Amino acid sequence: MPNPPSTPAELSLPATQAVLESAARDRLDQLPAAIGDYTVPEPRLTCRGVNVFYGEKQAIFNVNLDIGQREVIALIGPSGCGKSTFLRCLNRMNDTIEGCRVEGEIKLDGVDIYHDGLDPVILRARVGMVFQKPNPFPKSIYDNVAYGPRIHGLARNRTELDEIVEDSLRKAGLWEEVKDRLDQPGTGLSGGQQQRLCIARAIAVNPEVLLMDEPCSALDPIATATIEQLIDELRTQYSIVIVTHNMQQAARVSQRTAYFHLGRLIEIGPTAKIFTNPRHPLTEDYITGRFG
Amino acid sequence: MSISTLIWILLGLSSLAYYLGLKRALAISGGQVRHLHSLPSYYGYYTALWCGLPALAFLILWTLLEERIIILAVGASLPEELQNLPSERLELVFNQVRTALSSANASEDPVICAAADRYRALQAISNRCLAVVALMAAGLGAMWARRRIRPDLPARNLVEKTLETLLAASSALAILTTVGILLSVLFESIRFFELVPATEFLFGLNWSPQLAIRPDQVGASGAFGFIPLLVGTLLTSAVAMAVAAPIGLLSAIYLAEFAHPQVRAVAKPLLEILAGVPTVVYGFFAALVVAPFLRQAGEVLGLTIASESALGAGLVMGIMIVPFVSSISEDVIHAVPQSLRDGAYALGATRAEAITQVVIPAALPGIVGGMLLAISRAIGETMIVVMAAGLTAKLTINPLDSVTTITVQIVTLLIGDQEFDSPKTLAAFALGLVLFVLTLGLNVIALYVVRKYRESYE
Repeated sequence: MPNPPSTPAELSLPATQAVLESAARDRLDQLPAAIGDYTVPEPRLTCRGVNVFYGEKQAIFNVNLDIGQREVIALIGPSGCGKSTFLRCLNRMNDTIEGCRVEGEIKLDGVDIYHDGLDPVILRARVGMVFQKPNPFPKSIYDNVAYGPRIHGLARNRTELDEIVEDSLRKAGLWEEVKDRLDQPGTGLSGGQQQRLCIARAIAVNPEVLLMDEPCSALDPIATATIEQLIDELRTQYSIVIVTHNMQQAARVSQRTAYFHLGRLIEIGPTAKIFTNPRHPLTEDYITGRFG
Repeated sequence: MSISTLIWILLGLSSLAYYLGLKRALAISGGQVRHLHSLPSYYGYYTALWCGLPALAFLILWTLLEERIIILAVGASLPEELQNLPSERLELVFNQVRTALSSANASEDPVICAAADRYRALQAISNRCLAVVALMAAGLGAMWARRRIRPDLPARNLVEKTLETLLAASSALAILTTVGILLSVLFESIRFFELVPATEFLFGLNWSPQLAIRPDQVGASGAFGFIPLLVGTLLTSAVAMAVAAPIGLLSAIYLAEFAHPQVRAVAKPLLEILAGVPTVVYGFFAALVVAPFLRQAGEVLGLTIASESALGAGLVMGIMIVPFVSSISEDVIHAVPQSLRDGAYALGATRAEAITQVVIPAALPGIVGGMLLAISRAIGETMIVVMAAGLTAKLTINPLDSVTTITVQIVTLLIGDQEFDSPKTLAAFALGLVLFVLTLGLNVIALYVVRKYRESYE
């Protein structure tokens, strides 16, 4: 692949926190299992014993996590804790990174997504993804949204495609703003609009799960508020996994929160509980702002 | 004292001036460097520049004017009857004087000998004067600069300003050279168009530049219509691009998107070696290998292919510009942000879909720019077509036939002994001008396209 992958597992914490880090590492070894119930009834995605390696370096250690239907689950944790790496396992985007190896079992509706017979192309149509930086294609707004339905043959004719495009843009709350200029390049929109265009593009293929990798970190507060509201609306139809650095955002949009630290899942539970009454000292340290 | 010695001495003086300036600045600051406007070394540079630059400028000016002034002086000392000669004849005399100067065996003509001696004497005086004046200029400059050093002298700003001017002068020199080349070609072309009407040159369908030296000579028609040459040029370039565009683009896609980094690390430099092969080597490859092969293949297929054909020259030229196309395209494809590929993959695009529908369209403006540069390279290519395309100017678009190109004709017009006032020779300059305009236009368009592309990804 052209651009060398960044290594999400790399630690970039300030030196003053080195002591805290090593103390945390000691405690991690004493506490192998995550605190909290990682299962949900009728899960959409089940992850068991997931390990991820970048070459020799292990980035994710034995993570167990279920993702339920119609819920927003937030993955939080300090930089380099492996939350983005874990997210990218869920639609096999790590396949595109040289030297990345995933062990363990991840099932979507009971089917192992790392099974040899499973085509990642089909998987990615079912598990959509929105990236940190808005990445509209250098095409028109219409073609951006129509791209997925076209490559998957979801529309039989132009009318159906028009419907899918309008429907997706409406769901993404962008229709009113762009309906008169669908033929203009998507790259000409504002940052917040571009990100909503990317969300519309992702939901146009009608996925079951939406993965969001810090979708608001490149946006201003107003655009962020719009996207958060949108996430809340999308929850009625999709399972959403959102990685965020912004703890207020996690508290606002998610029902469950998972706290990752150094590649391990430390604590998982209902968002309200994690934020008001964390049980693991690391979670508490992070949430109260002692590091991260 | 020779010029090079003088320059070395000036350099030495400048370094001396640097230390003088530095010492002076330190002395003035009284040990408190922060009271100075600039760091002490800038006062040194300031003094050194004042020492070196005026002397150097004087040196250059003197060297440029010396010859002319000496010739004038020698001319004034020539006997009366020589001085009254017409200017062209006088120029001949001066040439004789110059020859007498350089060659060991002096001229037999005593007048020339005397003139040469006088020339030598004047030159010696001039050299001495130059040395004295330049060294004085250096010394005075350094002293003046040293006297000006005060704590509030903005030495850093002055030095930086001077360096900036020097940098600007360097780029101005490069640009002026281009302008100079263009103007010389332009003026010769204007002389040509005084002899042959521009309309005949631009729209004439017949190219046959042989002029009759004697009135009764056979086969000398003297027709200067450049359309056959243009068609020939475009034909060979089209064949070349038909080879280079697909091969270059596809290999660029392979290298950028599919090749393992290790394969790429080996394959890319190997491909770029192709660009380093001298075109004359391509030329005899075309003439000795490709052309006979094409002819034999043509015989098998029942086609008559000339031994010098547009096809052969174009094919080899295409191979030559493959690295151009592939290298530029590869860079452009590489520059497409990874986030776009991720976006496509995340929607379930296969690799082929991501490349054809997202990566290539995003890179297209840059690829087109690279193609245009390659075309202008093909149009200006000379050696391969000289050796493999032919000399006769046929107006044909059949690639199996022999054609001739603008560059080939420039070469043939200027080979051998030429009179520089006959339309035949001057035609070469007109052709050069056309070639220049053609490639310049393509380059301008290419640069515009590439720049526009760059803006959209910053």
